[in-house]
Amino acid sequence: MTTMNHKGDFPIYETHPGMVYLDHAATSHKPDIVTRRTESYYKTSNSSPHRGAYLLSVKSTELYDRGRKEVLDFLGADERYSTVFTKNATEALNLIAQTHVMENVKAGDEICVSIDAHHSVIVPLQLVAKRKGAILKYLYLDRTGTFENDAITAKTKILALPWISNGLGKIHDVKALLKRAHDVGAVVILDGAQAIGHIPIDFAELDVDFFTFSGHKMYAPQGIGGLVAKKELLEAMPPFLTGGDMIEYVTEQTTTYAGVPERFEAGTQNVAGVVGLMAAIDYIKSYGLTKIHEHEMALTSYALEKLKALPFIEIYGPEDISKRGALITFNVEGIHPHDVASLLDEKWVSIRAGHHCTQPLMKHLELSASCRVSYGFYNTIEDIDKFVDAVKYAREVFGYVDVY
Amino acid sequence: MSMYTETIMWHNQSGHNKRPLEGATHVERGNNPNCGDDLSLEVTLENGVIKDAAFSGSGCAISQASISIMIDLIKDKAVMDAKKICDAYLSMVKGESVSEEMVDALEDAQIFEGLSKMPARVKCGTLGWHCLKTVINQL
Repeated sequence: MTTMNHKGDFPIYETHPGMVYLDHAATSHKPDIVTRRTESYYKTSNSSPHRGAYLLSVKSTELYDRGRKEVLDFLGADERYSTVFTKNATEALNLIAQTHVMENVKAGDEICVSIDAHHSVIVPLQLVAKRKGAILKYLYLDRTGTFENDAITAKTKILALPWISNGLGKIHDVKALLKRAHDVGAVVILDGAQAIGHIPIDFAELDVDFFTFSGHKMYAPQGIGGLVAKKELLEAMPPFLTGGDMIEYVTEQTTTYAGVPERFEAGTQNVAGVVGLMAAIDYIKSYGLTKIHEHEMALTSYALEKLKALPFIEIYGPEDISKRGALITFNVEGIHPHDVASLLDEKWVSIRAGHHCTQPLMKHLELSASCRVSYGFYNTIEDIDKFVDAVKYAREVFGYVDVY
Repeated sequence: MSMYTETIMWHNQSGHNKRPLEGATHVERGNNPNCGDDLSLEVTLENGVIKDAAFSGSGCAISQASISIMIDLIKDKAVMDAKKICDAYLSMVKGESVSEEMVDALEDAQIFEGLSKMPARVKCGTLGWHCLKTVINQL
C-alpha cells in the first residue's frame, strides 16, 4: 500500500480538487515546474533558434540543443545516439516509416509488428508496406498479453512494437525481442510512449535502434516529442519534412541537407516545448523512476485486488504484476464501455473507453471495446477507491443488485 | 443530470423494438467504429407510411435507447412527417434551436437534448437517426 500524494505538485488539482483523473496514458497532467518554466521561457528567452546572431536567439538555440543531451542522459543513451525532436511519438513514427523503412524495405521483405501496437505504429508501416510490396506480419497476443506465435523470420527487416502496450498494459521483454530481431538482421522500432516516465530505462543495457516518445504523456507540454536513434541509422536516412533550418545549401534546382539531427527538423522548432520537456525530466528525476514505478505498481496491485473482488469485471493483460505498466483494461458485464465511461464521468472519474487506438488488437481479442484506467505519479489509493465506487454506481444505474 | 434516465434504461433493457422485422422493405446498417456500436434499422413502408420498424445489432445504452425511442415515434407516420421529426432531433442534439411544435413532436426523444453537451456521445445518440435519414433520402 502506498500513501503517497503528490497532487500538490500539479496545479490542475487546485482548479479541480475533486477530479479523479485516470487517463494518464492518453495525456498526463503537468507539474507546476513544467508550466512555470514554459511560461518563463516566453517571458525571458523567447526567440527563433538556430537563426539570429543576437542574444535571445543564441539563448533559445542553447536551450533547444541542451534538450537533446538531457533526453539522451535521461534514457542512458551514449554518444552513439542522437535525439530528433518531433511534435509527438506519432510524428516520430511517421518519420521512421517514411525514411528508414521506405529506403530499406524491398518487395517481399517482411515487416513484423506486435498486434498490440498503437495505430501510430501500424498505419505508417502499412502505407510503406503497400508502396514497397513488403509483407506486413503480426506477432499475436492473447488476452493475458502472452505471445501466441513467432512471426520473425530471416526475411524480417523491421520489428515494431510498444515497450508497454497501451491496450493490455503488458511490459514487453524488450531485451529479448531486440536480440531476437537483431539475430535475423532486423532493425527495431520501439514505441516508448507508455514506458517513458513510468519505468527506469537504460539504453546501456539494451541495443536500441529507434525509440519514440511523446512529451505530453510524461508530464511535459503537448506538442513536443521525439525520436532517439543510433546516429549510424540517422546518417543514412533521407529527410522527412523539408524547409527551413534543415538545409545546408539551396539553389534553384537542388538542395543539400544539414547533418544529423537537424536534417529531420524543418521549420522553427518548439523551444518552449523542449524547455517544458527538460522541466518534466527534472520533475521525474527529483523523485526518481524507481520510486515512481514502485508507486504505480502499488496502484496497479491495489486496483487489481479491488477489481478482482467484483465478479462482474473482466480484466485483460498479464496476471504477473511485474509485467504490467501503469494501466488496466477491463470490461463491466452488462454495460457497454462507453456507458461505463459516461456514468463514471457523472462521479467525476475520468477514464477511457473504446479501442484505445488499437483496433487490430481488439479485433484479434474479439472485443468490440474496453474500459481503461491509467495513472501516473499524482494518482492515489483514494483515486482507485473512488473509481471502484463509481463502477459499482454504474452497475446500480443499470439495474444490477450486486452483493459484495 | 444523468443521461441514464428510467426511460432510457427501460428502452435499453426491454429490447422492446429489438426484433427481426419480417417483410421489411428497407434495411440500413449504421456503425460507429470508435465505440463498436453496430445497429441495423429495418422499416416496412406502405404507400408512403412507415407501417412498422425495428432494429437489430449491438451497441451502448444511449445508441440502443435512442433508436428504440425513434422507432416508437415514427411508426404509423407518413415518411414526410418522420423526416421532420428526424431533422428536428438531429438539430436538437447539435444544440440548434428547434420550434416548440417540433420539440413537442419529439416526445420521449427530448431526453437526448443533453447530448448537445456530451460531444463524445453524440454519435451514439444519432446512429439510428442517421440510418433513418439515409432510408428517407433514398426514396
